[in-house]
Amino acid sequence: MSDRPQTPLLALRGISKSFFGVRVLDGVDLDVAPGEVHAVVGENGAGKSTLMKIISGGHAPDGGVIEFAGLPRVFGGPREAQRAGIGIIHQEFNLLPERTVAENVFLGHEPRRRGLVDRRRMLSRTRELLATIGETALPADAVVGRLGVAQQQVVEIAKALALDARLLIMDEPTAALADHEVELLYGLVRRLQQQGIGLLYVSHRLTEVFDLSDRITVLKDGRRVRTMPTAEATAEDLVRQMVGRELSSYYPDRAAPEDVGAVRLTVRGGGNRKLRDIDLDLRAGEVLGVGGLQGSGRSALARALFGVEPFTTGLVTIDGKPARLRSPRAATRAGVAYVTEDRKGEGIVGRQSVLDNALLASRAVLPLRSGRAARTVRVRELLATVEVRAAGDHQEIRFLSGGNQQKVVLARWLALDPLILLFDEPTRGIDVGAKSAIHDLVRRLARSGAAVLMISSELPELLGMSDRMLVMRDGRIAGELSAGATEEDVVALAVGTVRGAAA
Amino acid sequence: MSGRGGRAIGFGGLSTASLRSARPPVPGVFVALAITLAVGWLIVMIDGGQLFNQATTVSLLHVAAGLGLVAVGQTLVILGGSLDLSVAYVISLSTLVAAETMNGSDGALLPAVGLALTVSAAVGLLNGLLVTRLRINAFIATLGVGLLLKGYLDNGYDGPAGSTSPTLVQTLGYQRIGPVPLSFLLLVAVTGACWFALTRTRFGHHLVAVGGDPEVARLSGVRNERVLVVAHVLCSLCAGLAGIYLASRLGSGAPRVGTEGLYDLESIAAVVIGGTALAGGRGGVIGTLGGVLLLASIDAIFNQLEVDAFFKQVIRGAIIIAAVAVYARRSMRKAAI
Repeated sequence: MSDRPQTPLLALRGISKSFFGVRVLDGVDLDVAPGEVHAVVGENGAGKSTLMKIISGGHAPDGGVIEFAGLPRVFGGPREAQRAGIGIIHQEFNLLPERTVAENVFLGHEPRRRGLVDRRRMLSRTRELLATIGETALPADAVVGRLGVAQQQVVEIAKALALDARLLIMDEPTAALADHEVELLYGLVRRLQQQGIGLLYVSHRLTEVFDLSDRITVLKDGRRVRTMPTAEATAEDLVRQMVGRELSSYYPDRAAPEDVGAVRLTVRGGGNRKLRDIDLDLRAGEVLGVGGLQGSGRSALARALFGVEPFTTGLVTIDGKPARLRSPRAATRAGVAYVTEDRKGEGIVGRQSVLDNALLASRAVLPLRSGRAARTVRVRELLATVEVRAAGDHQEIRFLSGGNQQKVVLARWLALDPLILLFDEPTRGIDVGAKSAIHDLVRRLARSGAAVLMISSELPELLGMSDRMLVMRDGRIAGELSAGATEEDVVALAVGTVRGAAA
Repeated sequence: MSGRGGRAIGFGGLSTASLRSARPPVPGVFVALAITLAVGWLIVMIDGGQLFNQATTVSLLHVAAGLGLVAVGQTLVILGGSLDLSVAYVISLSTLVAAETMNGSDGALLPAVGLALTVSAAVGLLNGLLVTRLRINAFIATLGVGLLLKGYLDNGYDGPAGSTSPTLVQTLGYQRIGPVPLSFLLLVAVTGACWFALTRTRFGHHLVAVGGDPEVARLSGVRNERVLVVAHVLCSLCAGLAGIYLASRLGSGAPRVGTEGLYDLESIAAVVIGGTALAGGRGGVIGTLGGVLLLASIDAIFNQLEVDAFFKQVIRGAIIIAAVAVYARRSMRKAAI
């Protein structure tokens, strides 16, 4: 399959796409043969998802040509791509949990007899479809919400096949699966392949990529780095091609050894639904970076420490005393502050003023006798210190830029004099200038004695900001790295390669 | 990786029987109905009365017919993730259109019924278009349309107007087979038709899908807007039908019968008691029928016991809250599986 004997099922030529002037894809070429499993790998933000959305009709490309089954095509929307024979299975399933397998598979094109839905035929055709992919154990009249994640994925695949998909895009198909379910997916992919269906397989996990694919395309910063037969690739090569860029911006100086103080926060054997065996020490004055892939447990760690989804096992201490972080309120009172990754959803109240947003935590936690006026004065000072640029304190925060919103969130927490600051993707969606302002603020806080834990999926930022780094994988801490580590070191720990090199 | 959460159930983790049992054949509301009737019968008997005599049964079924016609229509829009607060005014309007067109003569019976239903359907169309095309929240859109109708009714009518045709009064209004009024049979027929539409037509499948997850429905090729507009038209038609029935009971058009009967909120209560999710996507008209009978039975029992009207309202409120709490708990347990 690797030397492409047939005409390709899908051929992309020079696909480009920009969002708001930022180039996300730049002249990408890609082709998929019938019966081929073509893996697409790359870092977060390399452009994989955008490329898949363009193929499946979710976005229109700014430039380039899509040829499907030998004909140039322009898809006006997901429906048109589906009808042409391109199915996509998202990480998040598009299923109705209250309806049966058959009802989901045939939603929108239910078979009819004399104008009425022919339920018997719907069930039998669903059974046939499930049988073609070897899933005879799954009842066609089962209610989807009661199925396991792997079975729901099977339903998604059957749904795509019901529309006669000839190309199937799987976007991180194993992200939600447990180990033994991944095995089942492997079998399914093989059977689809035997039927001549082309597969585009997007994944971070190199082990799977090596196990399943015929060819691999590496994307980096919106460009295609290379397409190679899987047999000729090694894990080390892939990692190097996925990252390997020069540091493009400057970061504030790291903490000098004498700046780092006593251990402020410890976790021993921490675990919950998403985390296991978490041991960590966080010292006053340091910035501890946390890296890892999406879903590896990075955010779960911050959320556990802030009491959003608390640890159910293990012991947490703050300044040597056991701390019970059962709720955000308890965590806040214990001196923990959390700057969330989802600024719009969890960080700000869009229709309230800058001042109200900045006062949110103080009002919730500080006793009233601390003085309403004094509190407001304090927050105003802080807003000035972090240099928020707004038309005034009473402007609705949603009209501010991302960077200024983030500064307001920061001011909110600083008003409580936190001992421990948790930052989850503090510079996501923030323009370059404001980014370095946030970086400076984070460092200044550490220097003033706060203990900082900072999650970032941008490797340069993680490497540039951290005094130490933890890398997470599958809900555990996969390893610790010191300040001098390289991007390759982080990625290797995050994807848990290097074992995969043998494949 | 198995630490990824409780949802990761492998193959064979569940027996196929438990996979299918999510939709019970008999909604819990019928169990509640049976218990209510049994307990009510007992209490009324101790009180020295008789719950199931001819008169109470007939009046119970009449109450159920009026509320039921509205509630079945309401079920359709709620299943689709929408809501209709204008039904009470549509009912009043429909009684007036029917009674004034008939003006006491049998000759105008069919045109009057046709006109009343057409006017109702037009209101439904307006509701549907406001909700889908202008994307106005259903709560606000249908409340607004209801207030428009209220303005028209308050301005034009001080009291009863028109006169229902005698034939209609004799048939739909008072005729019955044994203890079962013709109007209740009409409700059963309408419920049956809606049940059939929901389970056996593409419209029904699509409506439930739109209510369950509009985005999934859209990506599967369902024309969400059209489906919702049709549901609103059907809902208003049902309300119009209820209006015609009330006109046949009252003998005239009544500009405030819909609001005084609290048909808007009671119909929504009956739908929810019947097990349909207020957010849409789950439920059905059979459950609603059960909810309507339950509310009507409670009325009948309290009437027999001559319970204070205010206390009656308190009990009804408690029952509605209890029903919703039971469903909420049940879906929570389902999510925990």
